[in-house]
Amino acid sequence: MATHPGGLTVDAPAVRIRDLDRSFGEHRVLDGLNLTLHKGEFVALLGRSGSGKSTLLRALAGLDYDVHGTGEINVPGKVSVVFQDSRLLPWQRILDNVLLGLKAPDARRRGLAALAEVGLAGRERAWPNELSGGEQQRVALARSLVREPELLLADEPFGALDALTRRRMHGLLRELYRRHRPAVLLVTHDVDEAIALADRVLILHKGHIAAEQAVDLDGERGPGDRDFARIRARLLAALGVGADDDKDGT
Amino acid sequence: MTANVTRAVGAPTVSGPVVTEDPVHQDAGASPGVGVVQGTATALGPPVPPSTADRSASPGTAGERENRSLWTTLRLWTTRAAPRDRVPGAPSPSRLAARTDRKAFKPRRPRLGPGRRIPGGALLGPFLLLAAWAAGSATGVLDPRVLSAPWTVVTTVGDLIANGRLQDNLATSAERFAYGLVLGVAIGTVLALVSGLSRWGEAVLDGPIQIKRAVPSLALLPLLILWLGIGEGMKITTIVLGVLIPVYIHTHNGLRGIDSRYAELAETVDLGHAAFIRRVILPGALPGFLLGLRFAVTSAWLSLVVVEQINSTSGIGYMMELARTYGQTDVIVVGLVLYGVLGLLSDGAVRLVQRRALSWRRTLAG
Ligand SMILES: Nc1ncnc2c1ncn2[C@@H]1O[C@H](COP(=O)(O)OP(=O)(O)O)[C@@H](O)[C@H]1O
Ligand SMILES: [Mg+2]
Repeated sequence: MATHPGGLTVDAPAVRIRDLDRSFGEHRVLDGLNLTLHKGEFVALLGRSGSGKSTLLRALAGLDYDVHGTGEINVPGKVSVVFQDSRLLPWQRILDNVLLGLKAPDARRRGLAALAEVGLAGRERAWPNELSGGEQQRVALARSLVREPELLLADEPFGALDALTRRRMHGLLRELYRRHRPAVLLVTHDVDEAIALADRVLILHKGHIAAEQAVDLDGERGPGDRDFARIRARLLAALGVGADDDKDGT
Repeated sequence: MTANVTRAVGAPTVSGPVVTEDPVHQDAGASPGVGVVQGTATALGPPVPPSTADRSASPGTAGERENRSLWTTLRLWTTRAAPRDRVPGAPSPSRLAARTDRKAFKPRRPRLGPGRRIPGGALLGPFLLLAAWAAGSATGVLDPRVLSAPWTVVTTVGDLIANGRLQDNLATSAERFAYGLVLGVAIGTVLALVSGLSRWGEAVLDGPIQIKRAVPSLALLPLLILWLGIGEGMKITTIVLGVLIPVYIHTHNGLRGIDSRYAELAETVDLGHAAFIRRVILPGALPGFLLGLRFAVTSAWLSLVVVEQINSTSGIGYMMELARTYGQTDVIVVGLVLYGVLGLLSDGAVRLVQRRALSWRRTLAG
């Protein structure tokens, strides 16, 4: 916490945003947005396409240079970002991609460990081109985790993957989260994905957090679950979509 | 996940670049479908007559028989859809599939890639040329005053080596070529980096270089001779000017073509400025640079030929120019062959570097 007064950090939030405004020209995308993420909390951010999810995430990642805006953002020192595309450098081998920009004496060992964690042990000398889309995204996860982030920002990280791979990635992300316990802000447009992964789901609408839903499911989270269906219906309603509408219409 | 791990076992042992793997990929990619289809087709060929046991319901008129392949296809679908209907002993669905494939073998989809490489294909054209030349000389169609016979050229090479002229002139030429190329590539690269990485650099440098590009290097020769005399300085400067343009243009292009999302990535992983240039910019511009290098090598030979034939007292070009005054076409041909061989060798060297340095790329050329 860069701006947090030192000392007692026991219940200090990992992220605190106050009155965040962001606009592109005349178009106000974020309007008085407030948001708090606790340490080690897994939060999903839902919203219609164009509602400003990426804009918010980029503000948190410090990537919003061509945006006008005001507001207060407090984020931890170590922030990692996972993009929708794996964004691996094609001319660097897998391990070098994972270690990109990492300055640590035992960087190599940690990189290998991170690759093993995402199930890619032994692939460290492969080129990104030689990996499938899902594998590439797993490398991107390893690249984020090897930095031991206090906050992990993910902007539709599984949006480009097929349904089967996506489900396996959900399991992997949940497992990695359980082990490393960063605060996670996962942007998605998939309600089921949000419920399957997050402990709390936020809905971004008209430039601010319009609704919030705790996900108090334990054990296997699946669309067959009754509580899952209840939460899903509530979220869809909050998004202004009837429960029988296509979930991708969000 | 287990599958991935097992599959990966071989990967880390490949320590060098992936060059050695390329032919494998190429072959594998060249004709997977063809190989499979041919294999199954021959395996199942004549000994399996179309089984009529399960078709007793179909009337055997001639018209029906002509439609057999269509019928088989339809039959295949029904067999697949309801396998329990299959008569015991009838061909299994996969066999039927293979048979219909064989019938439909010709109209496979046309391939769009260039396909397999012809082994030794690169040598075919030159060999034909050489054969025509030899035939022309042997039959007397080619007058030796116009073009000496290949065997005369060979003996002339022997003479030139014996009296040391070949080595001396070659050494001089190679030296000029090397100086010009190294200097030109270095200057071109630095200019491209400056102009590619800073907007100010681009504003100042790009214009003059584009103007220079429009003026052929050799047109500057009179001015260069006035300024620098006819010594080595003028010669190397001419080569440098010819070399730096393609290096600059292609490297600059490569730099500008680097995806800006990589810059964003570099920011999120806190890559420093120097590391960003080293890990992202330079490798990203490398394909462009190497392409520029290939043009540069050609350009360097071209400039060398010209400067060596003007007011020169050494070098291959001088040797040829001297031979012209004595009408020695054999020596001229030796010079030409030398230029050709050197050009091919240097281009081959650049291509080798290209292939090794860009082994992460997968292209049609393999
Ligand atoms: N660089 C930009 N310039 C102009 N408008 C932008 C830019 N980035 C995003 N926008 C606009 O801001 C709004 C929110 O975009 P974004 O945050 O990407 O939405 P989401 O990620 O929720 O789909 C959209 O209306 C989009 O058109
Ligand atoms: Mg977005």
